[in-house]
Amino acid sequence: MDKPYNNKAWFLVVPVFALVALSAIIPIMTVVNYSFQDTFGNNQFFWAGTEWFQDVLSSDRFWDALGRNFMFSVIILAIEIPLGIGIALTMPKKGIWVPVCLVTMALPLLIPWNVVGTIWQIFGRADIGLLGYSLDQLGVNYNYASNIFDAWATIILMDVWHWTSLVVLLCYAGLVSIPEAYYQAAKIDGASKWSVFRYIQLPKIRGVLIIAFLLRFMDSFMIYTEPFVLTGGGPGNSTTFMSIDLVKQAIGQFDLGPAAAMSLVYQLIVLSVCYVFFTVMSNVGVDKPDARVED
Amino acid sequence: MDLSWMAWTVPTFLFWACIIGLLIGMGVWEYFSPGGNPRVGILHFETTRGDRLFISLLGSAFIHLAWLGLVGPNLWWALGVSLIYAIGVFRTV
Repeated sequence: MDKPYNNKAWFLVVPVFALVALSAIIPIMTVVNYSFQDTFGNNQFFWAGTEWFQDVLSSDRFWDALGRNFMFSVIILAIEIPLGIGIALTMPKKGIWVPVCLVTMALPLLIPWNVVGTIWQIFGRADIGLLGYSLDQLGVNYNYASNIFDAWATIILMDVWHWTSLVVLLCYAGLVSIPEAYYQAAKIDGASKWSVFRYIQLPKIRGVLIIAFLLRFMDSFMIYTEPFVLTGGGPGNSTTFMSIDLVKQAIGQFDLGPAAAMSLVYQLIVLSVCYVFFTVMSNVGVDKPDARVED
Repeated sequence: MDLSWMAWTVPTFLFWACIIGLLIGMGVWEYFSPGGNPRVGILHFETTRGDRLFISLLGSAFIHLAWLGLVGPNLWWALGVSLIYAIGVFRTV
């Protein structure tokens, strides 16, 4: 069936475009403008050229925060994606337990980020928190406020607890949409559980996995609230991620120019990594019978 | 309407005018040659001319940053390198 093609349909996008213009394009234009200037408030700006960008590129503070961001994203993706797929595979496909599992899984997602930070802040305390107290009783010297390893472990555990559900729900939606005929064909062929996963389930949930991967990468790369509430970027600067550093610079120190330059570099990195991930993941394993090679 | 908080300057205005001009140009190009000219280039995946513009702009930003960090603040050379890079992207990617 031929679909009618009408360019006037683009007018339907105008309201979204207007909203995006207000919420994204105008702020980003302003950030670009600020990144080349200095201000002392009162909307008075002084041209600074590329000075702030040079400062950012030569500052250890920026590179350290960037390194921490990448390390955090890699760790949580390495945990959440396999764990999410694993949990989704064990969830029931039909029956009374389906809604129970889905609601249980959705619960952490419903909790606001700052509340998650507060929950884990109390949970990890050795005097009143269940986790901190239990570890203390077991003889483990655990203190997320003074030990770098403990702070990182707590933040990672907190993120896994908060966001694995998202991966689970996305994978589960992908898994339940696989037609039963595939499983029947696999059964006839005598396929093992691993083969079913490798050749039926994994390729079929590839689309939702891309979304889960990208969402989790972007979210984790831009993480702010939870570590800010839990550790405030400490001990020292060990959990100061780029967003925390950015807020310290822009709002704490009111250095709008350097903060704007830093946020632009930050945004470029996010944009590039997301584009690479998206392109790679949407091209891996895709046959291209109609791919056109231009002469 | 007071827009002084946006802190417009001539150079940043020219930058945005170029970006908007490029987007309008791409729109006009698409009007006369619809379909985006998809093809598989040296990166071994299908790109349209919109993708190629995106790769050019993103790459140019990094070229400018690298020039600033490694060479110095005279960015006219970086602009030249970026233009050559963009032509390369549009011809080969």
